[in-house]
Amino acid sequence: MVTGAKTSVNTTAKKPVMTDLKGQTLLTLRSLNEENPASLETYIKLGGYAQLKRIVTEKVKATDIITQIKTSNLRGRGGAGFPTGLKWSFMPRYYDGTKYLVCNTDEGEPGTFKDRDIIRYNPHQLIEGMAIAAYTLGARVGYNYIHGEIWQDYDIFEAALHEAKAAGYLGENLFGSNFSFDLYAVHGYGAYICGEETALIESIEGKKGQPRFKPPFPASYGVFGKPTNVNNTESYTSIPWILQHGGQAFADLGVPNSGGTKLFSISGHVEKPGNYEVKMGMPFADLLALAGGIWKGRQLKAVIPGGPSTAVMTAEMVQNATMDYDGLSKAGSSLGAGSMIVMDDTTCMVKTLKRLSYFFYEESCGQCTPCREGTGWVYRVISRIVDGKGKMEDLDLLTDVSNNISGRTICALGDAAATPVLSFIKHFRPEFEYYITHGKSMVDGR
Amino acid sequence: MLHIEIDGKPLEVEHGSTIIDAADKVGIAIPRFCYHKKLSVAANCRMCLVQVEKFNKPLPACATPVADGMKIFTRSKAAVEAQKSVMEFLLINHPLDCPICDQGGECDLQDIAVAYGASGSRYAEEKRVVLNKNIGPLISTDMTRCIQCTRCVRFLKEVGGMQELGLVGRGEHAEITAYVDKSVNSELSGNIIDLCPVGALTNKPFRYSARSWELTRRPSIAPHDGLGSHIEVHVKDNKVMRVLPREKESINECWLSDRDRYSYVGLNSPDRLKVPMIKHNGTWVETDWKTALEFAAGQIKDITNQHGADSLGVLASPNSTMEEGYLIKQLANGLGCGNVDYRLRQTDFRLDGKRVGIPWMGCNIQEIEELDRILIIGSNLRNEHPLLAQRFRKAVANGAELSVVSPLDNDPLMKVAHKVIVRPNDMVNVLGQILKAMSGLQRLSLCLPPSLNALLETITVRPNTQAMAESLAGLAGPDGLVDLVAPKVGLFIGNMALSDPRFTEMYSMMEAIGGICGAKGGILPAAANSTGMHFMGVMPNATGMHARAMLEVPRKAYLLLNVEPELDCQHAALAKAAMAQAECVVALTAYKSEALENADVLLPIAPFTETSGTFMSMEGRVQSFSAVTKPLAECRPAWKVLRVLANTLGLDGFDFDSSEAVKNAIFKGEKPSTVVWRNLNNNLKELVEIEVNIKSDGLQRIGEVPQYESDPIVRRSVPLQKTKYNIRPMARMRAEQMAQLDLVEGDIVLATQDKGSAVLQVKLDNHVAMGCIRIAASHEQTIGLGDLMGDITIEKTSKELYKPYETTMLKVVA
Ligand SMILES: Cc1cc2nc3c(=O)[nH]c(=O)nc-3n(C[C@H](O)[C@H](O)[C@H](O)COP(=O)(O)O)c2cc1C
Ligand code: SF4
Ligand code: SF4
Ligand code: FES
Repeated sequence: MVTGAKTSVNTTAKKPVMTDLKGQTLLTLRSLNEENPASLETYIKLGGYAQLKRIVTEKVKATDIITQIKTSNLRGRGGAGFPTGLKWSFMPRYYDGTKYLVCNTDEGEPGTFKDRDIIRYNPHQLIEGMAIAAYTLGARVGYNYIHGEIWQDYDIFEAALHEAKAAGYLGENLFGSNFSFDLYAVHGYGAYICGEETALIESIEGKKGQPRFKPPFPASYGVFGKPTNVNNTESYTSIPWILQHGGQAFADLGVPNSGGTKLFSISGHVEKPGNYEVKMGMPFADLLALAGGIWKGRQLKAVIPGGPSTAVMTAEMVQNATMDYDGLSKAGSSLGAGSMIVMDDTTCMVKTLKRLSYFFYEESCGQCTPCREGTGWVYRVISRIVDGKGKMEDLDLLTDVSNNISGRTICALGDAAATPVLSFIKHFRPEFEYYITHGKSMVDGR
Repeated sequence: MLHIEIDGKPLEVEHGSTIIDAADKVGIAIPRFCYHKKLSVAANCRMCLVQVEKFNKPLPACATPVADGMKIFTRSKAAVEAQKSVMEFLLINHPLDCPICDQGGECDLQDIAVAYGASGSRYAEEKRVVLNKNIGPLISTDMTRCIQCTRCVRFLKEVGGMQELGLVGRGEHAEITAYVDKSVNSELSGNIIDLCPVGALTNKPFRYSARSWELTRRPSIAPHDGLGSHIEVHVKDNKVMRVLPREKESINECWLSDRDRYSYVGLNSPDRLKVPMIKHNGTWVETDWKTALEFAAGQIKDITNQHGADSLGVLASPNSTMEEGYLIKQLANGLGCGNVDYRLRQTDFRLDGKRVGIPWMGCNIQEIEELDRILIIGSNLRNEHPLLAQRFRKAVANGAELSVVSPLDNDPLMKVAHKVIVRPNDMVNVLGQILKAMSGLQRLSLCLPPSLNALLETITVRPNTQAMAESLAGLAGPDGLVDLVAPKVGLFIGNMALSDPRFTEMYSMMEAIGGICGAKGGILPAAANSTGMHFMGVMPNATGMHARAMLEVPRKAYLLLNVEPELDCQHAALAKAAMAQAECVVALTAYKSEALENADVLLPIAPFTETSGTFMSMEGRVQSFSAVTKPLAECRPAWKVLRVLANTLGLDGFDFDSSEAVKNAIFKGEKPSTVVWRNLNNNLKELVEIEVNIKSDGLQRIGEVPQYESDPIVRRSVPLQKTKYNIRPMARMRAEQMAQLDLVEGDIVLATQDKGSAVLQVKLDNHVAMGCIRIAASHEQTIGLGDLMGDITIEKTSKELYKPYETTMLKVVA
């Protein structure tokens, strides 16, 4: 958290090495073409903070802003895809006390690394987006909760906070108005569960990161029990653009139900893994091509389109899908946070599932019974299968146990943990059966 | 009202209730582990999942508020399936070591597993093991059995006031633990044993001594503080094995203090007196009842015949029953002796004869929760009334503002809005300041008697007392939002004030403050039957001597009921000396002890578990109980002993054949509650002459009675003595005081009071007011000292004079 001015921090990230931006539509990463992308100077040059200044000085009505966001079809980029405009309308208008704004930069899910690039290369757009949100929602104080293992980026963001404050974009009475907004950075310590908004709030309060039972939702009982709006980094970062070009322009970038652009973190067996910002609704094949296609001339086997909490898809399922909320849901999975993990034909799905289930087993907060007990059970059974001691009944058992976790827990980590198990077994059952019968992998023979 | 349906049954429920509340009201059973009606909702065990129409997922009944028209199914296929799956999850890592688990037979996990689980488990993997924690002498842990419901965590935080346990680690590695190297020290800790739905937390002293189904459960009343908690005594083979709370919402709710729960160990102490004993030429010999009673009666008769009836002094403990108190008073009066008193730890008797009625706490226990403004005077609440403190905690959590005037700044584990920590004599002035500020605020000074008004002239109100007065008047404090129009105010005065020589001043001030702001409240009587003893007038008659006078002007003979003089009396040294010089001391006691070495006859009486009787609680509730076991060996109920003693003394009117008959005599056949309500009254008939600027430059002793030293039974409970509250008496003082006296921690000092002294170690304690030295009472090491509250001098002395104290009791047991 900012406690005093920092002096010796490396404040600016240099232009990224991988700059092949062809085919991308830079919106949340719009500074990426510049020499010093993260600097205030660059951002101002690109028209930054103009929207904040406009709405504050012109006293634009909050309801008008929310209408624009609703029109834009911006849906939460943290994974659940909840319409942002609608979420903002839940914040109590009149409240006797401090309201809070929280940005979720915790991205702890394997394969997710998009928000990190936003705070690294375009922190001011996030700050402007949050300030606009604060103005709209009447929040006096904001926190950006940043994943615990990205210190350098944390420092960059914090330096940007100082810059913005010094330049009069944060703090008291902005632009001579009576609107004041203080924004702080908070760092986590690397717990995936702290990305869940209520666990994140507990963590901001200095407590153990453990989800709260909802309702009440943060809009009525958030940080320190006060009304709080939580959005993902990418969601807030889209706001200045929407206000500049209008909600309709944002909606038009994408497809129905999915407005704007989306940052995809592409990892796995592709030639050029990395973040790609493209229009919503881009065909999967085009996106894969942007990332250089499957590496080493191999064949596509499977894709996890939105991070491990989304269902795995076979090559066949994903081939003709479009990359947007409806497109992926029609194809049998979901967009999630846009963390696309690509697997080639050398991938053993049994061992992959073991690794994924280990993640959820380790990251469960342990609060509620089905997730605490179930994730360990699942992981142990899959490990046993990988050790060659599987039984055919185990597949039904795994399915059943996962179904018993799903929908019965306090937070969505339970569902997230069940999804890979259910989808892997559903789509790659023969591989699992082979492993159990032969005690070794069908793919790599080991 | 909302209209809902549970399992096809139409119901009307209040807005805001949860499904589980609604179901509980009509007796529809929904299984649960984490939910507890007295704790916040955690919704973590997921055992209470039910199906709700229009929801595709099962919902936790404990956390789901009902909505109008909701249709809930607790036993539908979907609900049962969800419940079964949660049960299966809960058992996969549970050790299922029921045959060696103390919880066996009274385990929620067992019961719910049988009712809602499957017959077998599909889990074939390795089970988790969790290391046990040592959390102190009262609770044993088997943490592998824990199901992480966090009831224990929530209890300690929400009810106990301090979070001493927490769930650390994540996922399967999540475990309940205390702070590193710390035990659970809450004086309410035992409740987490009852709350724990499995055998993870069990009763350490009771452990492995009986199975729950071998125990006979009998109701009784807790015999220590004035709360009158309802208890259930579990007995096996005529021996008390453990004590549990009996639910009584208006008194103890479903809780029990550790003192009430664990003191029973003292009932089975090797110190118990089993047969009557007479001292012959300085040595004790066992004898039979007849001989003992005849000897005792003969002695008393001889002495009173020779020196007059007032050569006898009768001291009765306020932990004795009403029946016992009544009979001992009748006996004394029958002999023509008016020297009877139960107020052993009091030193200021100036209010005798000035009261309108029986002093009591001035409201009922439940009303505390509803107070808006509270002032507590001279009480270390958690030490004196551990469970009652929890009601105050609730009030504060509900938004009440608490003010404290005390010589000790002990953390009550609730938010204190205003406090003044000063020496006792200055407390009087502080109360005067509050009174003056209040009368100014309310322009009511005219209502005060002129004499009091004149006194207040001499007082200057300081900002902190002004703030307290404003708080009591209902004005909004610095963080308050609105002024309260007619705040409910409670004023309470505690044990330290009751033992203080300036009690009359403090009490009079409190009365006057209460009069101005229309407050409820009164005294917080120290013992289980203090109010009852007062009610029956177990006090000197017009010409009689009070407890203190009987010791100051020693008597030739003493009759003691349930008293260990130097541990139970206000002035230990005086008590000891008085007993030593007496020609005859007859003690009705459950224990043989060094404190009774100066006695001449010991008559073994039954403690509360072995006799029937009645206590009157601090709220004036008359509660009778029966014996839960037969008396040990030759012990007899004290009411019988007193009856026979009176008969032997040739007194009339003692033909009672049961304790009920005695009770009927006390209440003259009327309904006790009617008589009691007629008589409870804290008002004073007239203002006593008081002084508000009490000059006292010397050091003051704060002689608190530690909660596990308060009476003979609890003193002998080994597990309680092993807790951290069994702190050896030391000369505790704040840093500035130490500097002023040129002392450092660890120095050895000679503490001297009127007629007595003790050699003690110096200890830093910044909770003590400047000008005060805190030295615990009721302890072997300080029986050489004098008044609990009063002047004391401290001087450095040689280390050789210091004898490290070792408790003899723990040695006996080890
Ligand atoms: C286990 C778990 C982890 C999550 N991790 C993140 C995260 O790292 N970043 C994020 O933005 N949202 C995460 N979420 C979603 C948040 O709870 C929340 O929905 C989101 O921050 C809301 O922002 P949005 O509406 O802009 O998407 C997670 C949810 C769960 C259940
Ligand atoms: S589902 Fe898992 S992570 Fe979420 S609250 Fe329950 S135990 Fe914690
Ligand atoms: S120790 Fe008992 S009460 Fe505490 S969390 Fe575990 S099971 Fe629950
Ligand atoms: S009782 Fe409802 S979740 Fe535990």
